[in-house]
Amino acid sequence: MVERVEHDILIIGGGGAGLRAAIAAAETNPQLDIAILSKVYPMRSHTVSAEGGAAAVIKPNDSLDAHIEDTISGSDWLADQDVVEAFVREAPHEMIRMEHWGCPWSREADGSVAVRPFGGMKTERTWFAADKTGFHMLHTLFQTSLKYASIKRYDEWFATKLLVENGRCQGVAAIEIRTGRVQLVAARAVILCTGGAGRIFPFTTNGAICTGDGMALAYRAGAPLKDMEFVQYHPTGLPLTGILITEAARSEGGILINKDGYRYLQDYGLGPPDPWPRLRAMEMGPRDKLSQAFVHEMRKGRTIKGPYGDIVYLDVRHLGEKKIDQKIPFVRELALHYAGVDPVRELIPVRPVVHYMMGGVHTDVHGATPVPGLFAAGEVACVSINGANRLGSNSLPELLVFGARAGRAAAAFATEHRTIDRPALIAQILDEEYRVSRDFLRKEGGTERIATLRDEMTRTMEAGCGIYRDEASLRVTYERLAALRERFSRLSLDDRTLSFNTELTGALELDFMLDVAHAVAQSALARIESRGSHQRTDYPKRDDERFLKHSLAYRTDGPPRIEYLDVVITRWPPAERSYGR
Amino acid sequence: MPAPTITLEVLRYRPGQDQAPVFQAYRVPYRDDWVVLDALNYIKDEMDGTVSYRWSCRMGVCGSCGMMINGVPKLSCAAFLRDYYPATVRVEPLAHFPIERDLVIVLDDFMQKLSAVKPWIIRKDERPVAEREYRQTPAELDRYKQFSMCINCLLCYAACPVYELEPRFVGPAAIALAARYNMDSRDEGRQQRQEIVAGPDGVWDCTLVGECTTVCPTDVDPAGAIQQGKLSSAVDWVKSVMLPWGKR
Repeated sequence: MVERVEHDILIIGGGGAGLRAAIAAAETNPQLDIAILSKVYPMRSHTVSAEGGAAAVIKPNDSLDAHIEDTISGSDWLADQDVVEAFVREAPHEMIRMEHWGCPWSREADGSVAVRPFGGMKTERTWFAADKTGFHMLHTLFQTSLKYASIKRYDEWFATKLLVENGRCQGVAAIEIRTGRVQLVAARAVILCTGGAGRIFPFTTNGAICTGDGMALAYRAGAPLKDMEFVQYHPTGLPLTGILITEAARSEGGILINKDGYRYLQDYGLGPPDPWPRLRAMEMGPRDKLSQAFVHEMRKGRTIKGPYGDIVYLDVRHLGEKKIDQKIPFVRELALHYAGVDPVRELIPVRPVVHYMMGGVHTDVHGATPVPGLFAAGEVACVSINGANRLGSNSLPELLVFGARAGRAAAAFATEHRTIDRPALIAQILDEEYRVSRDFLRKEGGTERIATLRDEMTRTMEAGCGIYRDEASLRVTYERLAALRERFSRLSLDDRTLSFNTELTGALELDFMLDVAHAVAQSALARIESRGSHQRTDYPKRDDERFLKHSLAYRTDGPPRIEYLDVVITRWPPAERSYGR
Repeated sequence: MPAPTITLEVLRYRPGQDQAPVFQAYRVPYRDDWVVLDALNYIKDEMDGTVSYRWSCRMGVCGSCGMMINGVPKLSCAAFLRDYYPATVRVEPLAHFPIERDLVIVLDDFMQKLSAVKPWIIRKDERPVAEREYRQTPAELDRYKQFSMCINCLLCYAACPVYELEPRFVGPAAIALAARYNMDSRDEGRQQRQEIVAGPDGVWDCTLVGECTTVCPTDVDPAGAIQQGKLSSAVDWVKSVMLPWGKR
């Protein structure tokens, strides 16, 4: 039986963007019925893992133009400049609201919020709550959301399909994980806030839940995925686990050294090393350049062989115990627990690690996707402030600014579009229920295990779609992904029960990840230039003539179809990216 | 020499299938840099896809993967196999909660209590954004910072002997969260929270065992929050008796 559940706005994902969208919608119109549906309880969302901080212009020595320029040059000119302007202008308002809602920001002696420098930023503008900024923002947003009676929640519901009917997104099919039932949750507007897809790679800072669900849901509903070839490697992950050591470790003064104790970044256009510290130089350069420098060091044989691949060292010893405990206590805790080293006295082994998807569901500046009634915000979306490389500490204000914008835009849409085509939605739910049963729960004769296919997918993504790519590596990856998609049809589950079947949700996540991985590989294959995080060894130069454009990947029965869309340039014509000088 | 292994005894319970929980033993490869969660993932991936448990960040901050490990509530992402090897490790769902399935607990009760303490800034007048941030000195931040570190992992409830006997008890994490907002210089909502915190299922239920503080993975010190709650509600009571006409 399909129960009668409907809302004005349904938000999928209860992390920072989803919660901010919900609050914005509730404030826009208290009469609206709002729901957040997430496969995890909101406080488990991956926003929780963000560490270093959130950038917004607040201090008298800073300016909006400075933040805009840093963001645009950081993006290697692939960000839409009108969107960046809106982002930078609204970020301080959003951050002040977070402060008013109780976020425990670190403070100056006079009680004003403290800011720290961050990579690729020419001024100190990154607000922080020690080094658990995402954790504090997420819990502040979640707790604040509890005061709005109009916000309901579906905790631990897994969205399997967006329901598009009569040219509009009108809700979602979702599995209530506790019961295993496929249910209809109808809505007049839907906002995707499901985060990133780092789990398509083997070595990532991302939590287990970051499986690109929202990207695949939108892609299947007809929305294009934009700029998917741009995958951010963070330069400092702990070996084996991939746990993030925040960029704040460097902004507080940490340095990166190779096996000879040499600050190697000076050899890759980021120096000279002194005077130090300097903004936009050396260890305070952008993430793409730092991760690329590691690869060159490794090829020169100047990294250190570890049991889990090559590493370099992050050295924060000179900061002293007091500053480490005050400014980056989580770094110390993580290094002690997961690498067995005390950063007060020892070097931290690190290597580049997949961290963030610059690409995502194509949206406009209001978070609207090309599918009417479907919005997206946060890492799942590509509104395009990050272009070819996101600057550290821009993602947290991004989820606030564009979460709020999507919430307001969805509120307006839901007010104008009242009809819900219920009989047609119910028919779709019955089909979806049948699909889940046929392909997974009742399927006979399958031979493939989830873990086998997942491991092969992540390995081929790293091999062919890593920090450096070329046509041959990308073609191999693309072919392997196609083979994995075929093998996926022969998947077999051990678990055929309904209640809390995490093997079933794991299979559905793998299904999503294969779609996202395909879009990444195909977009990377088509972009025959090098820009930001997308480095083609066969096309090592940036090519503004042909590729000052966003790529849009559309799902087809065959390979993704790639189209291009001009980047919006307003006041900042493309120029050479320069750091260190 | 054969590769070393370690045995996990995992509590299994599948609603509608199992009459009562049973233990199932799995022998998995032993690695000294693996945590219990890695061993569970190995079981799930390679041996038995039917084992259910929650996890995500695997770095001690999302709060999903709390379990009883050899009878002690712990985050399974922070419990290293090397601390148990070569003995068998017994893994059970968090104590004092209903079992949803296998290692998955039902946490509806906690979610309701979390909302009940009104964990948000309460003020008579909201400050306009144009007036920028509230000033809050580092010393004022330090007053509540510790209580703001709770990741809602529920280890404290699994350790609390009062919650075991009296499930209505608001409990360590929710009381600590109330204290977090009560002690925030931006907040004016303490009286509203007192109904719950100092009410019949609030701080006075606590018998000061302090197990909550012992098991807390982020050093929140819920026992300290409960003590402060008792002290301030006692002061409220004294004031109400001594100065019945005055404002508290």
